[in-house]
Amino acid sequence: MPIFEHGSVKVEVDEDGFMQNPEEWTEEVAAALATTEGVDELGEEHWKVIHFLRDYYQKFGVAPMIRKLCKETGFKLKKIYELFPSGPAKGACKVAGLAKPTGCV
Amino acid sequence: MGEPKFDEMDNYKKEDLLKVDYKPPGKSWFETKIDFNQRKGSWIYPAKPKNLEYIGFPNPREWFPTDEDWKLPKNWKEIILEGMADRLKRFRTFQVFMDICVRCGACADKCHFFIGGGDPKNMPVLRAELLRSIYRREFTKAGRILGSIAGGRELTIDVIKEWFFYFYQCTECRRCSVFCPYGIDTAEITMMARELMHLLGLNVNWIMEPVANCYRTGNHLGIQPHGLKDTLEFFADDIEDVTGIKVDIPMNKKGAEILFVTPSGDFLADPGIFTCMGYMLLFHELGLDYTWSTYASEGGNFGLFTSNEAMKRLNAKIYAEAKRLGVKWILGGECGHMWRVMHQYMDTMNGPADFLETPVSPITGTRFENAKSTKMTHIIEFTSDLIKHGKLKLDPSRNDDLVVTFHDSCNPARGLGLFEEPRYILKAVCNNFVEMPEDTTREKTFCCGGGAGLGTDENMEIRLRGGMPRGHAVKYVQDKYGANMLAAICAIDRATLVTVCDYWAPGVGVTGIHELVANALICKGEKKRTMNMRGEPLPGVNPEEEGDEDV
Repeated sequence: MPIFEHGSVKVEVDEDGFMQNPEEWTEEVAAALATTEGVDELGEEHWKVIHFLRDYYQKFGVAPMIRKLCKETGFKLKKIYELFPSGPAKGACKVAGLAKPTGCV
Repeated sequence: MGEPKFDEMDNYKKEDLLKVDYKPPGKSWFETKIDFNQRKGSWIYPAKPKNLEYIGFPNPREWFPTDEDWKLPKNWKEIILEGMADRLKRFRTFQVFMDICVRCGACADKCHFFIGGGDPKNMPVLRAELLRSIYRREFTKAGRILGSIAGGRELTIDVIKEWFFYFYQCTECRRCSVFCPYGIDTAEITMMARELMHLLGLNVNWIMEPVANCYRTGNHLGIQPHGLKDTLEFFADDIEDVTGIKVDIPMNKKGAEILFVTPSGDFLADPGIFTCMGYMLLFHELGLDYTWSTYASEGGNFGLFTSNEAMKRLNAKIYAEAKRLGVKWILGGECGHMWRVMHQYMDTMNGPADFLETPVSPITGTRFENAKSTKMTHIIEFTSDLIKHGKLKLDPSRNDDLVVTFHDSCNPARGLGLFEEPRYILKAVCNNFVEMPEDTTREKTFCCGGGAGLGTDENMEIRLRGGMPRGHAVKYVQDKYGANMLAAICAIDRATLVTVCDYWAPGVGVTGIHELVANALICKGEKKRTMNMRGEPLPGVNPEEEGDEDV
């Protein structure tokens, strides 16, 4: 599997750039991964999304549904796309170090 | 953002995809090889080792299709030939389908991947020949003696690579089988080829991760019991916002009359979640004595796309849970391939379910004789029966903003023959229903292009190509009748057709049928409805003027 390197950050990622070992996630890793999304600096709103995703993931072991993400953060889907141009799954979840959902989705 | 990538829809221009060249290459098909580097967008990433390890599948390792060396076991050839010999003995269908094809070509132009892509090896007859040529050479006298003259071909690494490419460009939809004069089930040929590849550790992550998840947690997404509870409670809150009704969420309820099982896609992804809310609202309104299960929390079965053994192993939980909870019968949700498994394999594979009863609707008294062997009824049969007996109060005008057309999902259509019931429901809950052209519906329906484990993104080009025939049929009713919503009773469809519509018929949305049922359903004690299940304003309602007050 490829290694993603940025500054002092070095993590194993899959073909789509998702972290292979989500337990290695730190805020520094998030900031590094965000650069692959064209986000050079994570602002307060980014962190609100990331922290919700992290908390949900730690509690339930999977990514939340997008509707729940929007409801809990108070951001409309359009806003999530503004924050993370690849969208909630490929963008925000990736930065938050979550695994990609698979199945009938 | 950078340049669009091969796994994104925007990377592909319609005018390029529409230039389909049906002229075969000059060389013999024995000689053409796959260049995986050149064909990015047409194949799927390999299974991660952890997923194969979890289910005890052979040869877990890191590898990549563009690598020259696929790290196969040293005796790979022996493994394949033994695997074929074993399956020819165990599965009579496999033997018959290998022998019986006369290469008439009736199937050739029936595959959505061939129509949308023009690759001759996506003609079902030729895709099957990739396997059949090895069968002829190794397992028939004529092939052993005459070799290529008798259609035999030597088994090489390139043949295996070709299998990996093309047998993951078949969605096991069985449209070609409808046209085969011998009734060869091409899906079963693909299933055999995939089984053989598993022996070498050749598989795709989009299938094997759901299989591993399902084995671990009961569903493809890996949702654990507390996660499912949280999800259904979230849905209940949304239902309350729309209707003012707080629905019950019976979970793991021993002694319930009915166990309800639906695909886990309905728990996560738009627009499937609205269909899930639809089931919940309907069951509550009926006062149905049913239960969700956190163990049998998946109707779909990616084992079907893997191997007979994997399918059986994953499906076993449904009867096991029905027995543990002591239910009388099982109701299944709007899932596609689940019904191929239920209808055609479940009884002999996991049955007999002699601890269950033939399903009887507690509301209408209808006995579903057709489900006598499996004891499992489709929710579309259940709901159409309710409507037929006048048990639901419906206001179809709540769906008046929609012109709805119906996509027959491959497996409920060709695997179950469920043609009339979904249309019957749609006509009762919507005022505007239109049909796509007849060669694209019912038993001749076109696949979404992403079934059988192909619904990921890294194969986006082939998905868009495979989705083209369906997409064009949708575009046709969009242009002719103003269709703006495509209903489908399959969770894979609800995920993949969103992409197909966005690409080929932008402006058309995707829905499940029970979302539309829930919109139209007049419930006891509901507040004045101003929103549909998605929380959008109902037709004729100005969100500015309407408050939340009951009228």
